[in-house]
Amino acid sequence: MTLDQEELSEETAPTLHGQLGLTNDEYQRIVGMLDREPRPAELAMFSVMWSEHCSYKSSRAHLGRFPTEAPWVVVGPGENAGVVDIGDGWLVAIRIESHNHPSFVEPFQGAATGVGGIIRDIFTMGARPIALWDSLRFGPQDQPHNRYLFRGVVSGIASYGNAVGVPTVGGEVAFAEHYSSNPLVNVMCLGLLRAEDLVLATTGRPGNRAVLLGAATGRDGIGGASVLASASFDEVAARKRPSVQVGDPFLEKKLIEACLELYERDLVIGIQDLGAGGLSCAISEPTSRAGTGIDVDLDRVHTRESGMTAPELLMSESQERMLAFVEPALVDDVLAVAARWEIDASEIGTVTESSEVRVVAGGEPVAQLPATALTLDAPRYDRPLGAPSWMEDLWSNTVHFVQPPDIAGSVLQLLAEPELGSKARIFEQYDHMLFLNTVVGPGHDATLLRVKGTQKGLAVSTDGDGRLCYLDPLRGGSRLVWEAALNVALLGAEPMAVVDNLNFGNPEKPDVMWQFREVVEGIAQACEFLGIPVVGGNVSFYNETSGLDIYPTPVIGMLGLIEELLLPPPRLDRAEEGMAIWIVGTDWAVNLAGSVFEKVTFGHVGGRPSAPDPTMGRAVLGTARRLAAAGAPVLHDISSGGLAIALAEICIASGVGADISYNDWRHLFSEDPHRFLVVAPESVEANDLAQDEGAPIQRLGSMGGAELRLGRFTLDVDAMSDVFNSNFA
Amino acid sequence: MGAATDLVWHAESSLAAFDAVVLPGGFAHGDYLRTGAIAALSPIMAAVAGMAQAGRPVLGICNGFQVLCEAGLLPGALIANRDLAFICRSIEVAVVDSGSMLTAGLEPGEVLRLPLNSYEGNYVDPSEIGRVVLSYREDPNGSQNAAAAIANAAGNVVGIMPHPERASAEWLGSVDGNRLLDSFLKAAAA
Repeated sequence: MTLDQEELSEETAPTLHGQLGLTNDEYQRIVGMLDREPRPAELAMFSVMWSEHCSYKSSRAHLGRFPTEAPWVVVGPGENAGVVDIGDGWLVAIRIESHNHPSFVEPFQGAATGVGGIIRDIFTMGARPIALWDSLRFGPQDQPHNRYLFRGVVSGIASYGNAVGVPTVGGEVAFAEHYSSNPLVNVMCLGLLRAEDLVLATTGRPGNRAVLLGAATGRDGIGGASVLASASFDEVAARKRPSVQVGDPFLEKKLIEACLELYERDLVIGIQDLGAGGLSCAISEPTSRAGTGIDVDLDRVHTRESGMTAPELLMSESQERMLAFVEPALVDDVLAVAARWEIDASEIGTVTESSEVRVVAGGEPVAQLPATALTLDAPRYDRPLGAPSWMEDLWSNTVHFVQPPDIAGSVLQLLAEPELGSKARIFEQYDHMLFLNTVVGPGHDATLLRVKGTQKGLAVSTDGDGRLCYLDPLRGGSRLVWEAALNVALLGAEPMAVVDNLNFGNPEKPDVMWQFREVVEGIAQACEFLGIPVVGGNVSFYNETSGLDIYPTPVIGMLGLIEELLLPPPRLDRAEEGMAIWIVGTDWAVNLAGSVFEKVTFGHVGGRPSAPDPTMGRAVLGTARRLAAAGAPVLHDISSGGLAIALAEICIASGVGADISYNDWRHLFSEDPHRFLVVAPESVEANDLAQDEGAPIQRLGSMGGAELRLGRFTLDVDAMSDVFNSNFA
Repeated sequence: MGAATDLVWHAESSLAAFDAVVLPGGFAHGDYLRTGAIAALSPIMAAVAGMAQAGRPVLGICNGFQVLCEAGLLPGALIANRDLAFICRSIEVAVVDSGSMLTAGLEPGEVLRLPLNSYEGNYVDPSEIGRVVLSYREDPNGSQNAAAAIANAAGNVVGIMPHPERASAEWLGSVDGNRLLDSFLKAAAA
């Protein structure tokens, strides 16, 4: 393979392993393990499998902190997706993954193939993918290049997701300068399966055959995991464009249907998708898990172009490929299923007892390695970490208000922020109705999906917050889990499992590693308090460009279960004239650290955000579920923008005004955790339910009229609606 | 809705066992080349044309509408939306013409709420032959004459861009689609 010489930094310039992203120490480790110099194909395999992206070498030391077990966990972290039991023989598979670097280099294809990859992770488990979510971060939209990235990513998600036929039902987006040269594109997918259809990424017994299904292998995406996803960026990023893969959603659709047929007819023992790391990963991980080996003949791989070398075939990240492990007698049946769905398939290898990955090309051996050398024996780093010297200064850097701001003006200003304004111009580009499972779709705190053929509902949310975690990674990480749990509880669901996508800067910087450990600790603490497991995750490091690291940005995907779905569910547009408004949780929150209010009105990001309070958190969650079960028409989380924006959103969605009173204007904009609004007829016994659960509750006012009245300040609902709905116009 | 249905594979050639046919929405062949262009060449399309000629109900929804145009069973074509973006939202259509199998049970002027989910939903028909049977109340995509559904002269072949099957339960936000599908099933039973 060739790489552009100008891309190379001085320390790695002279060596092939340096070009492939391996350090000198890592190269020496390989030589030590093999007791010889690696051959080119072997080096290629090491380079992708030992990349940060595939090996989690910087993060693994900390990820063990997560609670991962619960009686309902069927498959925890380490497989292609987490799987949990929701009862009645149904399982849910869920997974989140980042495609940050490819999306910066080529936003449309980067985002599109991110969608394709996460969908494969789900149907690899035997599940039918039924819904997608996206968590996105971009730089400010007044810069043309940031707009180009934003539009490209949204188009890519729409193009691939709509065509492949999996609805995009929710997500979130925020903007900050720190993401200008490093956008974040995290995609989450959820699938449903019957318990008996679960498939794992295992080879099964020696003698089984490996059948490669799907796209012909080409030179696209070579080194995606190593060169692209596991290195920092600079001005030559555009030259890495050939490392971005190109997606084919129709082929993926056929692959989904073909694989589901293979599972239904019990024709495969195990299956692994080809994502980051390509064939290298697909042959080494299942063998490593099963304690077997494999013999692979690269000449049998169906290719898109001739003359591909062994390292290229092993490193290619061509999309829409799966590797199935099949009993010899069933290979013809598998090939027949592939033929019916008009997808290419080739038998490329045989599972062996040797515990070795052996690869031949052109009749010559090109690689012979212990399978575990690529996986379990990959390096692990306990990287140095330390609290940044600037944290104390950041915490003491607070705003001192000499007089209250213009409340009405501030609300309008906040509603005009891309982070808070309507996201309809994004989510209307996605088919979010497909399959007719979407009971509550995008534009709400969480998504509500029905499970066809049962009484059950799934409430799912994605929540991320870089600003909060920058100001306090421990509290921020924990609060995100609490917020996600509240979002699903507001639809009546019991939080059940978490997946996380941890987006951070350069792990070789102690500041960044400290942020990482603190966020992991925060997430772990909240999960322990809530008694919910982390069933999967993804770590994306090296989100820095030209030395500027992104905000530490964890994204939490929360799955909640409703045993008996009550229709209609709480929605923002169900408020009516005369209904009462309550706040549940602390009504005296005054901390504005990290709030959108401070950022927008003062351009200030500083101070220390409030810590979560597990006792309060649990009481508030319990109240939320009880109110949802009691049929409260509107339940809305107070988060970005605070109480004023939460109430404005209800007024805008329902087309009705409101009148509330408050004591301290900061109550309107504080984003302290564990708080939500209830809008319901007086007949809903909100006070009793909250007191029963031990949560504070306060009557704020009533719905009515055409204006939102916040004490003596008045806002016309139509005027707010115009501002809110002009977002991204 | 009580009717017996079956899926027919694109490579088959006979619809002899059926009273009516629906070409559903989706992205047949990934919409590659041109939306509906490859699907229009599927072996089964000869049998679809046969049903159209025999006066049997033939309904194309969204991508199915695009396929019917590509196959020449309806006049005109569907091109990219005016704003060059996919549209997924609920819209209102008005009944223009009750003289098609899809709209036979409705009165002209009646308003229905249906989800629209398409990128190539912008109807153009330089020949002006197509009968507009449903029109958008607020044109979302640039369609000529605000056409949301088109019928052939006989009224037995209809293409509709919004999705009546997605407006089939209260919790989905509308049940108006059922009225159109009722008309279709009545025609199928006739």
